[in-house]
This record gives sequence, C-alpha cells and structure tokens, in this order.
Amino acid sequence: MPDLTTRYLGLTLRNPVVASAGPLSQTVDGVRRLADGGVGAVVLYSLFEEQLRHEAARDIYLEEVHEESFAESLTYFPTVPANDSGLSDRYLRLLEQAVRAVDVPVIGSINGSTLGSWAQFGRQMQDAGAAALELNVFLVPGDVTVDGEIIERRHLEILGLVKEAVSIPVAVKLSPYFSSFGSMAMRLDAAGADGLVLFNRWIQPRIDIEAITVDTGLELSAPAEARLPQTWIAALHGRVRASLAGTTGVETADDVIRYLLAGADVVMTTSALVRQGEDYAGLLVAGLDNWLERKGFGSVDAVRGLLAVPADVDTSGYGRAGYVSALERAKSTYGAIDA
Amino acid sequence: MAAAPSRAIIDGNEAAASVAYRTNELCSIYPITPSSTMAELADEWSAHGRTNVWGTVPTVVEMQSEGGAAGATHGALQGGALSTTFTASQGLLLMIPNMYKIAGELTSAVIHVAARSLATQGLSIFGDHQDVMAVRQTGFAMLASASVQEAHDLALVAQLATLESRVPFVHFFDGFRTSHELNTLEMLSDEDLRQLVSTDLVRAHRARALSPENPFIRGTAQNPDTYFQSRETANTFYQEVPGITQSAMDRLAARTGRQYHLVDYHGSPDAERVIVIMGSGAETAAATAQRLNADGANVGVLQIRLYRPFPTAEIIGALPASARRIAVLDRTKEPGALAEPLFLDITSALGEAVARGERATMPLVIGGRYGLSSKEFTPAMVAAVYDELAAEAPRPRFTVGITDDVTHLSLPVGEDLDIMPEGTVGAVFYGLGSDGTVGANKNTIKILGSSEGTYAQGYFVYDSKKSGSRTVSHLRFGPAPIRAPYLVSQASFVGCHHMSILERVVILEFAKPGGTLLINAPFPPEAVWDNLPSSLQRGIIERGLELYAIDATAVAREAGLAGRTNTVLQTCFFAISGVLPKEVAIEKVKASIRKTYGKRGAEVVAKNEAAVDASVSNLHRIEVPSGVTAQHDLLAPVPAHAPEFVRDVTAQMLIGRGDHLPVSALPVDGTYPSGTTAYEKRNVSEIIAVWDKDACIQCGNCSMVCPHAVLRAKRFRTKHLDGAPESYESAPLNAAGIPGEHYTLQVYAEDCTGCGLCVEACPVKPVEQPNRRAINLAPVRDREPARENIAFFESIPVNTRSKVDFGNVRGIQYLEPLFEFSGACSGCGETPYVKLLTQLFGDRAMVANATGCSSIYGGNLPTTPWTKNAAGRGPAWSNSLFEDNAEFGLGMRLAADLQAGLASKRLRGLRHQVGAELVDAILTAPQERENEILAQQDRVERLRERLESLDGTAVQDLVSVVDHLVRRSVWIVGGDGWAYDIGSGGLDHVLASGRDVNVLVMDTEVYSNTGGQSSKSTPLGAVAKFAAAGKTTTKKDLAMQAAAYGHVYVARVAMGADPQQTLKAFREAEAYDGPSLIIAYSHCIAHGIDMRKGLDQQYKAVASGHWPLMRYNPILRAAGRNPFLLDSPRPRITLNDYHKNELRFRMLASADPVEADRLLQLGQQQVARRWAEYEQMATREAHDFAADARKEG
Repeated sequence: MPDLTTRYLGLTLRNPVVASAGPLSQTVDGVRRLADGGVGAVVLYSLFEEQLRHEAARDIYLEEVHEESFAESLTYFPTVPANDSGLSDRYLRLLEQAVRAVDVPVIGSINGSTLGSWAQFGRQMQDAGAAALELNVFLVPGDVTVDGEIIERRHLEILGLVKEAVSIPVAVKLSPYFSSFGSMAMRLDAAGADGLVLFNRWIQPRIDIEAITVDTGLELSAPAEARLPQTWIAALHGRVRASLAGTTGVETADDVIRYLLAGADVVMTTSALVRQGEDYAGLLVAGLDNWLERKGFGSVDAVRGLLAVPADVDTSGYGRAGYVSALERAKSTYGAIDA
Repeated sequence: MAAAPSRAIIDGNEAAASVAYRTNELCSIYPITPSSTMAELADEWSAHGRTNVWGTVPTVVEMQSEGGAAGATHGALQGGALSTTFTASQGLLLMIPNMYKIAGELTSAVIHVAARSLATQGLSIFGDHQDVMAVRQTGFAMLASASVQEAHDLALVAQLATLESRVPFVHFFDGFRTSHELNTLEMLSDEDLRQLVSTDLVRAHRARALSPENPFIRGTAQNPDTYFQSRETANTFYQEVPGITQSAMDRLAARTGRQYHLVDYHGSPDAERVIVIMGSGAETAAATAQRLNADGANVGVLQIRLYRPFPTAEIIGALPASARRIAVLDRTKEPGALAEPLFLDITSALGEAVARGERATMPLVIGGRYGLSSKEFTPAMVAAVYDELAAEAPRPRFTVGITDDVTHLSLPVGEDLDIMPEGTVGAVFYGLGSDGTVGANKNTIKILGSSEGTYAQGYFVYDSKKSGSRTVSHLRFGPAPIRAPYLVSQASFVGCHHMSILERVVILEFAKPGGTLLINAPFPPEAVWDNLPSSLQRGIIERGLELYAIDATAVAREAGLAGRTNTVLQTCFFAISGVLPKEVAIEKVKASIRKTYGKRGAEVVAKNEAAVDASVSNLHRIEVPSGVTAQHDLLAPVPAHAPEFVRDVTAQMLIGRGDHLPVSALPVDGTYPSGTTAYEKRNVSEIIAVWDKDACIQCGNCSMVCPHAVLRAKRFRTKHLDGAPESYESAPLNAAGIPGEHYTLQVYAEDCTGCGLCVEACPVKPVEQPNRRAINLAPVRDREPARENIAFFESIPVNTRSKVDFGNVRGIQYLEPLFEFSGACSGCGETPYVKLLTQLFGDRAMVANATGCSSIYGGNLPTTPWTKNAAGRGPAWSNSLFEDNAEFGLGMRLAADLQAGLASKRLRGLRHQVGAELVDAILTAPQERENEILAQQDRVERLRERLESLDGTAVQDLVSVVDHLVRRSVWIVGGDGWAYDIGSGGLDHVLASGRDVNVLVMDTEVYSNTGGQSSKSTPLGAVAKFAAAGKTTTKKDLAMQAAAYGHVYVARVAMGADPQQTLKAFREAEAYDGPSLIIAYSHCIAHGIDMRKGLDQQYKAVASGHWPLMRYNPILRAAGRNPFLLDSPRPRITLNDYHKNELRFRMLASADPVEADRLLQLGQQQVARRWAEYEQMATREAHDFAADARKEG
C-alpha cells in the first residue's frame, strides 16, 4: 500500500486531494459529506470581502431609505440583534461546527481585494478553529487605472496584516496575471506565505447573444486549464519554502497525478466534486493509489516534483525533456515570446 | 441611596414603555399610531431577551385587534400575571368593554395611551384627548403626563398605584406631541423600580388570580336584587386612589427628587385668573403664566394629573381663593354637550365647594377647546385665554387656535410670544423624507444633548404623502430643561435642504430676525440670490438674516454619497450656528459618523468624513443685497384653472397654510371633491419615465403596472394630430386592421415618481440598444413642453369603452384610470390594482376602504386621487374604520340593492307613462359585460329624459334612485392587517352572506401603514415588527378558507407574475353575482427590497410556489366543471431564491441563521405540500367541491 499522506502548510493530510473553496462547503452537512467522501482537507467556501461590505451596506440602506418620511411609520423593521455582521457571523459559526464535525483539517478562506478587515476576520477564523487560512486576493479585471506595482504591493500588505494577526499557517491563492508571476510568488514566499495556491479563476462574464445581455457565466473548470498552474508549480517547486497547491482543471485521478509530478503538495478540486458528487474524492484517491502501485512508487512524496524544473539548474539552459523543453519547442514553433 | 441618574434623549413612547416593560410580565399588543412604538419596543426587548426587574423576560403577544389585546390582558390578569397594553384612539375604544370588566373586578393593570383624535368627519392620527375622554366612565383611574419625563415617571406611579389600590389605570400622554417628542430626561434605573414596586403587592395580585387549588367564580351574571349594591362595593377603593397615587408620587420624589402632585398649581399664589388644563398644554400654560407674571400679570395654572377618580379636594385646595375667573381648557370635543368634560367636572366641584361653604365665592368659569388633532397650542394662545378672562364679559364657551367665523367661538390670538429662556436656541429644518434630514437632526440632538449641562428637544412634522414627503424638524437646545411642547416659532437657524421646498412654501415663517438661513442650492454662490423667490428675498432682507448656501447635493455626490445630503447639511449647521465651537462640533459629527456608520464599514465612514470636510470648504456666505432682485415668486400650488374649492382651500393646505383656514372654508360633514391630485403637480422626482415611440410595441404593460397612473395611452385618428405641439410624440398604431390611427403613450411628467416599474415591465429592447427599453428613466428636462403635450393629449378624445378590448392588457391601456397621482410610496405594489379596478369598473363603483395604506394614499387630505371621468362618473369612496370594512361595504351593497329594488318597482308602476319598450328593456337587460353596461347606461339616460316631462310622487321617487338601474359595482378594499386580522371575522361573515360584493385584499404580508408589524399573512421566517425573532407560524390560506364556502369566487393574483391572469380575475370577480375575493400580492417597502425590482419579486413569489396563482369560480362548478383553476406552473425556483432578495428574510438569516434555515426548510416543505394539494384539487371533479347552495337550493 503506497503512503498517501502529505504535508501541506505544515499540516499532515491523509491524502493530497483537497476540496477547494466552493459551494459544497457552505453547510456543515456539505463539509461532512466532503470529508466522508475521502478528501484530505477541506477549504471552506470563500467569504467575499466585497460581499460582506456590500451586503451590510445594502441591507442598512434598504432598512433606512424609507425611514423618517411618514408620521405613522417612521421605521419599517425591528432592530434585530447582530444583523450588522450577519454574514461573517454565519461563516464563523459554520467554521466552528465544521471543525467539530470532521476529522480532516478545515481551512478558512477569505476573498477580497482591499485592505479591509482581513486581519480581524482572520483572527476570528483562527479562534473558530480553522487549521489554516487561505487568502484569496481577488482583483476584478476592468479597472484600467491601477498600476501593477500597486497590485503586487497589495498582496504583500494583505499577507503581512494577516500573518501578524494569526499564528496558524496562511496560504495565498493567486491569479496568474502578473507581469512576472514567478517573482511575485517568490516575494510572497519571502514574506512568510506558508502556501501558494495556483490559481484562482476570475469570474469572466459571458455574453448571451440571444438576450443581448451579460451574465456571470460561471462555469466549472476543465482539465486543459490545469496546464498553466502545473507549469508554474513545476517552476516553483524546490525554489520556495511555501507549500504548493494546484487547483483548477482536476477531473480525474490522472489530473491529480500530473499536479503531483509537477511538484504540488496538494491538489484541489471543486468542479469534479460538483459534477460527480462528494464521493468522487474517494475515486480520485483510489486512482492515485492504483497508479502509485502500478508504477511501483511507495508514497506520494516519491512522486512529487519528478517533472519539476530542478532547483539547481538555470532554467534558460535546461534542455532535457520536460516543461522547459516543451516550452522551447513551442517557442521554435510559434516564435519566441521574449523576442 | 439611588445611583446617579442616567440621562437619555428618548421620546415619550420609549419613556413610558421602558417602565411598563420592566414592571410587567405580559404585554398584549396591537399596532396603532401613535402608540405603536411602545408595543414595538416591548416586542424587540423581549426578542432580545431583556428582562424585567424581577429577572424574567416579559411575554409579548400580538393580538388581532385592540379588542383582542384587551381580552388577553383581562385573561392574563385573571391568571395573576402583571399585564399591560399600549394603544390609542379607535384602539382604546375597542378596549372599552373589557375595561369595564377589568375595573369592575378591581384588577391591577395599566393601559398606556398615546392620546389621539377619534375618527369622526375624518380620521386623524394626531393628538388630543378624545379617546381617553371616551373611557373616563369605565372605572379606570386616569393619570395624565405632560412631558417625556412625566411619561416615564408617571408610568411608574400608575403601576405603583394600581398595585396598591387594585383600581386599574389609564396612563396617558399627548399623541405625537409627547409620544414622539425627543427630550432629555433622567431615566429610572432597574434598582429604582425594584425599590419602589412592592413585591408584596405583586404577590397579592397573584393571590387574587383564578386557581383550581382555590377555586371560585368571578364574572357571574347578577340580577336586580344585587347588581346595584355590588356596583357600590367598590366605592371605598376609588376613595383611596388619590391618596395612594399621591403617596406613590411622594415615594418617587424621595428617591429621585422629582416631585409631582395629583394637581399642581403654577403661578401667582393670589392669581385672579387661572387656567385649568391637563396634558402637555399644561407645560405651555405654566411657562407662559410665569412670563406674564414676570411682566406684571397675576395669573395661574392648575395642572391636573389625576383625572379619575376626580381629585375634588385637591383641586379645591390648590385653586387660590383669589381666583375670580377660571378658564377650563379641554383637548376634546363633545358635540351637543353642555360643555367638555373637564369643564363640567371643575364647575361641579367648585359649585359644590361653594354651596357647602368650603370655598367663599364661585368664580366665573368659562370653557374652551384647544389643540384638537395636534393643533398647535402656543404661549400666544395661553395669553389669549388670559385676555379673554380679563374681558368684561368673557365668552362662556370658546375655542383657541383656530378661526371660527361661523359660530365665532374662537379667541383672537395676538402676535407670537417668545418665552424661551435666554440661551435656548431654536432651529428649524425643511427636508424631504428621503434625504435623511430628520435622521440627521435626531443625531444632532443626541450630539448636543449628550453634553453635560445641555438639554435638547426635537419634534418632527411630516406631511401627508408617503413619497416625496416634506419634513419640518423643530429643534431646541439650551442650558436648562426644555419645557416647550409647541413648534419653534423663533428659530435663530433655518435650514432649507431642497430648492423645491423654498420654491413652494414660505420657509421663513419660524425665522427669528437676525438669525441665519442655510440653503442647499444647486448654483454657484454668485447665482444663489437671484434664484430665490422674491418673497423669500424680501423676508431675508426684512428680517436681517445671514444667508449661507452650499450645493450639498454636489458635495454629497462627489463624496460618493449621492442622494444623502444629511451629513453635509448637518456639518454646515454646526459650522455656522455656533451652538458648539466649530472644531469641537466637527469632531463630534465625525465621532457620531463613526458610531452610526461604523457597521457599514470603513469605506462608508471615510466617505462621510470626507463629506464633512468638503462641506466646510464648500459652504458660502451669500451677500444679501439691499433690495429684492428676483423676477419670480413662489410657484402657484395649483393651476389657475383649478376649481374654486381647490384654489381657495386645497391650495392653502398644500402650501402648509391649512392652519389658517377658517371654519367656514371647510365642508360640514367631511365630504370632499374627487380628483384633486390632478391639480397638485408635485414634481417629486428628478428622473422620470421617457417614452421611446419608435421602439414601443404598444403592449400596455408599462401603463398597467404604473403605480401612479402617469402613463396614459390613447389611440386616435391621425387627423387629431393637427395642431399638435412640436415636441408632441405619437406613433402609427401597430394593431392589425386599424390603419390611419396613431398611438401616444403620454408620460405625466410632473406626476411621475421615477419608480422605474414601467422600465422593468417593458418587454422591448430597442435594436442596437440592449441596455434600454421602450420606456426609460431620464433626468427631467424642461417641464414646460411636457405641460403643453399633456394638455394636447387631454384634448384628444378618450377611447370609447365599447371599442376597447377588455380581455387583454393591450386593450385596457386605453381605459381611463379613475385613480391617479396618489401620494403612495414610489413604486407602490398596491396602487396598480386599485387603478385597474377603476379602469374596469370605476364609473359605477362604490368603494369601502379599510383604514391603512390604501385609505391614506386614497383619502389623506389635502388631495384625493379617486377621480371622475369627463361624464362626471367615477368611484364613490369612503372609509369607515379599520375593523368593520367588510361590513361597511356590505351595507353599501344592501343599500344599492334596496334602491335598485325601489327603482325597479317604481319603473314597473310607470310602465305605461314611460313606455313599455324602454321599461322592459331596462328591467330585463343583462348587465355583466361592458357593452351591456354601456347599453343600460344609455337606456337609463333616455329614461331620465322621459321622466323630466312626467310628474307625481312615483316619478319623483324613481328620479331619486334611477341611477341604481345601472348595476353598481361594490368594492371592499383593504390590506392584510384588515383582512387577515382585525377585520377577519367581518370579512368571513360578509363572504358567507352570499351578497354581490367584491373584496380586494392588497396583501403586503405586513401592516404597512403603521410601519411593518406582523399580521397573520406574514410568511414563515420573515422578520417584522412584533415578529422580531422571525415569524414562526404559517401564513393563513385565506383563499382556501373562502373557497370552502362554495359560493365565493376567489382569486389569488400577482400582477408582476401574470398581468393577464390578474385582469381575468378582476373581470370574473366583478361579473360574478355573489361575493368575490381577490388576494393580490403587493410588494412593499416593508419587505426591504429594491422597489424597482418589485415586479420581479412578484414573479419570484409565484415561481417559487410561495404565491401560487389560482382562481376558484363557482360558476364552473354549477356548469359541471372543476371550479378550482391553478394558474401558475409548478414551482421552478426554490423558496430561498425568492427570499434572498428581501431584507425581511435576510434579517433572520443574519441574526439567527440556524432558526432561519429551520424556518426556510419548513417553508419549502409547506410550499411543496400546498402545491401538491392544489394540484390535486385542480384535477378533481365538480362534485368534489361544495355547491353554491344559494342557487342549487
């Protein structure tokens, strides 16, 4: 029996398949089903910082907009205890209950783009029992005025704020859209990130040509999307102290294995579990187990990073089979990207 | 020793409720203005787990009516619980039967009353003593508070005295004037209450309760032999009440230092002229007497606090022997009485005292009425009363505060008398309801009043509209407690927060010479002066006012606070009024912003703080020239062509001068002309609907859903376009087979509230403009062309009803609405149904309207939206009460049937004189379809002409009822508070009666008009007032209850989900010869939704299965078919998909997510269960349903 245990963010997981932040973990039952389904850890659904602020502001607006206009009805709602911090309270309660309900680590997740109240909320998640935190620094594309340097600094500032506030490990989930992603990853690593999660997916609205409208166009990820994170994981493996998590594009056990070969410590998925059900995690793990056995590997650790770019090699001169050579081949076929 | 008292700035309702809640175990509640706040607070405190002084959380139970609340209170008292209730006006009247019982059984209890007018010639929500005077005979003791502090203290005195005396108490204070006035007071701590309320007496109260362990019988029926004597057994208890009450007041004084007496005399000890008065007016009278005496007068005031049992000895003892002339002021009216009750009591007491030698001489006593319906009672009026007492022959009866030019009872009142002590600052602010002015002022009061040594008072006046309403805030600040329960008349600061206000009303009415005026003006500083109306310029110059201006709208917008100018203008007030040093004030405003907006996040706080800083730098002092430069004056409130009554009377009310109308100007019996909203061009919105004639498909959807009837359609021969103004818009009619016609959708621009429902309802997206519709919202441009276009549109003939297709939405857009431009909330979910009713049946409709939102936007003066057509026909509308509306409407039906019967009988008798053919045609004519009705109207018109040439008693009789030969359409209209709760019994009975009435329930699932209290229609899991912890009972299925009778036509409709089904239901209901019930989903601001999405929420309510559309038509059963028609498809979204857009559901999800989930799941199960039942019913046979026994016998 190959050893499936994995270290991620300093935590020991029973296997490297992790449920990423998504709709399945919005209830305690959901978290329980994920754990029962066989995942090694659960990242709780992501609490949007904007969502928090907007929801609170909208509710207060709706409550107040008609007040003090008419003598018979100066208000329209009772004051309800704690209705000003509802969403975050709900999240913390879910986290608390989920931690009690399952025996795999539960990682809290928060999603936002401004400095906001990350630190305070991170601390509250720690108090609620989160094994670790995942910061999802999420910048909605479309603001054409923000300088790249500011965005990079924002990532580091948020990480710094949260690291200062909590003692549990902190991972940063990133988008790939940096001028030099590798450098960004290294800087976050140097700033103390305990893990890097590659990559988050922008919600890219879809245009409906019949209704001539735009909708959220939320779609589950597809295996082809895994290549970009796998490439960067391969490049970062061995160069950063932080754990590496691959997410996006995991559909079968083969995809899990690919990530591990590239150098991921854990492999995250939501799409596959949404499509196939929470029990599917067990099939992914079983597939990994079969493959390890078939290939004669004794453990996940033995596989990890086999196809990564070796840390002691200058990538520009690295010529053997692998990612870099594949990239080189692509260059010669399509023209040099740095020409 | 008591701890240092804690200061608070609260209103009278909270002051009273705070004590009532903490010293009781049960509050039985029901909403009624102006007392609702007491009940709401009790419910909230209970939901939050706040305990009374004995450590238990009082039970708060909402009842179906005040009668129910009184019954529950009575029962709880018999069960030994300390019980209270809160009410006013009609609510108190509904409690009367139980009050006799509670008093007759000598049961300790206090009812707290925010005293209010009674509905007579008109309803009034405002304050006077008519309600409490109507219960003075019940055996309840009555204690009157005159201020916010007293409402707090005497609430306790009443509680102490009732426990000790066993006589129940009504504790009352003036509605609005005290109940809604914010003032600084010293709070009684829990420890104070514990020390003062005797637990022995509480236990004694319990010991008197019913108990099977110690059984006895209470509430027997008594006979002539003993009833009388039994009634006399209570005498000794009443004799002891004054002493017990005074002792309670003394104990309160010993603990707090605040000494009250049953009666308190203020003024000169040897006064010759004395006013006797009760309630908040006593404070005004006492302060005025003090000023007059300081100026050399010799007058006094006797303030009555305990009114029942009448403290004769204390009154005779307190009245100076020197008093030769006494004026007794009653805040009530008893038509036909010798005089009002306090007068009668005082004169009797004095007469007896003189006759028995307890007083040497009988003074001359005169009686006056004042302050009805919160009419102002000012120092100048007090002085006028003293002047009258000084007259050679004072009027025996008088009124003060109005001009009575009919019976000449009113006293002349002199110039305003400013008696505020030195150092007290008055400020007045004009705002609009939506701009946050009142909220900011409440905040200002708290900022200023929280400083040690500063006292603050706030009182807020609102107008009668629910959208675009005008507010006037009256604030006072000073170094001494403020006892001035009347409006600020000498404001050293006046703020006008909207140009639209100063363009219409006189804003300097309350301005003190030498004071400051701040204007929010959308102009650069140099252009401000010339844009002010000439009379305002003159007023500024004559009063020597300093003028400041700021473009607060722009400052707020730039700070990211579009539409909310409150922070900006509040800052300006502090920056220039000098009530606090500027820097200190600014810092306090910012601190308050952090407190108020902190929960909204750092960004909102930052925006508001930025607005504060920008305010100071954008505030400009405007140089006031020496002369008037403006070429324009105030806008005319109504156009010159308005009818005389509208010009002379309505217009005065519109500009806030209604107080100055004399008695002779007003109708004697509450009868007002229809259709006066048409003359009131309110221009409440800066964005309005604009029609895109090229994109429009002329479907009529927008016109149907428009809550304000501002979208009117006409089709007409093209020749009618001759002479059209250049900007008049029309398009070729797109209906097949009707060439040569044009179509106009006219927007009544000045009446549009910019709600946007039309945009949501429009199915069109113009080519190349995917973000637009065929009707869109756009900023108002020049109003003049719109006026011309509307005038031209109105000159085109209204489409003939016989040529309109009543069967679909496209057709009915051509029917003239006879309900227009109401003051309902912008985007109201109810008014589209009311308007539809009038389009379809308005010219022969009688409407009985339950009290509530619909009676307010439908009948709250100054103007009335129910109108008439060019032929002079239109809905006849009336409101009786809240609880009796179904019965009221049934009465209308019975009268119509009687008159129709008489008309038919007389017509038959005149068959030969009139002509057999016409008579037979009239008597046998079917009158179901519109063309049949039109034909009958024609026949009756011909009959009327023929009758003109005939004579005799029978002819005269027939003429007096001839209208009834056209079938009347009787509509009973109201909300769910009425239909599901207070009027439920009556509605059930009227439906059971089998008579031909049509009931329209506009179901907002909450008491909307009184501010969102839960009704039995409120759905599971919704948060509402009185259900602060979420509603835990299922919404009543009123439709199925009614359908169970078999003879009731029932429909559940939602215009936003299926307008065609709504139309069908209205037509079927009206045509059905029997009772019909339409339950109409009405989105509401009390749901906490974006009102522009109201129709979308209606759609979701139906799509989720919360609101399944159905009809139950007894005619189908009679025809052997299934009468139950399920009109909406199976639920296709979850209940949560519907709930999540509404704050009423989200509130519980954030406050108590576990409970919210539980209730949501139960709600979802309920949806499934009910749907299954409905589906099963929809597949049954006719004989599976109850028969209409009226017809099948």
